[in-house]
Amino acid sequence: MKHALKPSQYTILITIMLTASVGDTLLSRGMAQVGAVDMQHLGLLWHALFNPFVISGIFLLIGFFVSYMTALSWADLTFVMPATAFGYVVVALLSRFWLHEHLSIYRWAGILLIVCAVGFVAGGPSRTEHPEEPHELGLMDSGAGR
Amino acid sequence: MTLHPSQLIQQWSAIAGVAALAIAGEVLIASAMRDLGDLDNHRTGPGLKGYLGPVKAVLSSGKFLIGAFCMAFNFFAMLWALSIVDLSLAAPAIASLTYVGNAIAAKLVLGENVDRRRWLAVLFVCVGVVLIAH
Repeated sequence: MKHALKPSQYTILITIMLTASVGDTLLSRGMAQVGAVDMQHLGLLWHALFNPFVISGIFLLIGFFVSYMTALSWADLTFVMPATAFGYVVVALLSRFWLHEHLSIYRWAGILLIVCAVGFVAGGPSRTEHPEEPHELGLMDSGAGR
Repeated sequence: MTLHPSQLIQQWSAIAGVAALAIAGEVLIASAMRDLGDLDNHRTGPGLKGYLGPVKAVLSSGKFLIGAFCMAFNFFAMLWALSIVDLSLAAPAIASLTYVGNAIAAKLVLGENVDRRRWLAVLFVCVGVVLIAH
């Protein structure tokens, strides 16, 4: 069974990968500027809300959540999961080329494995159903992009 | 540094608890979204106003609300877990357990057809996450 995603659905998957990873990186950069928050300095969290990196990070993560839910409305959880895992690769590459962190050989190996994992699921169908539910399968077949 | 067995049990219980909350949240939200179907079909019209339909549909789903609560609770549980477990162990351990648990729950609870290709992908992601956190 081959899957055929609509261009808009590919856009959603790419949005999931990019918003999660760039959002986390922005939050990390913003919180590094704000400083360590502990129980004695909870007020710093309020200050963090005025940091431009933190604000943009939060907006991107809201975008992530919305696109993640949209993807789950037409794709399996086990299809969307590796797509979100690709975010780890983007974070690693961002930390290497934007935050100028060192990437060890282990991290490059991890990146390669996750890229392979995304390749595995990308070749399969986005939505699967119980074989004993022919009625629902029929309904699914009539829908575009599955 | 060697840990007392009771400390080890406490650490791994925290890791398992956080992962369990994440799995419950993701599976409930996935199930809610599966019940709703393609969100485009819920649009009430063109333009931004048309998105009120999907928003209403999502927010009136009990499964979604419980799932979102689990995710929010997971966030605070994660903060607590980080106070007793090092980030270098907690982050990859929780992420890996969540991936495996999600795949098992997707098969058993959501009835997804998790074939060999998807199991392999879950395994690769787990090892990949551990290596990236190395």
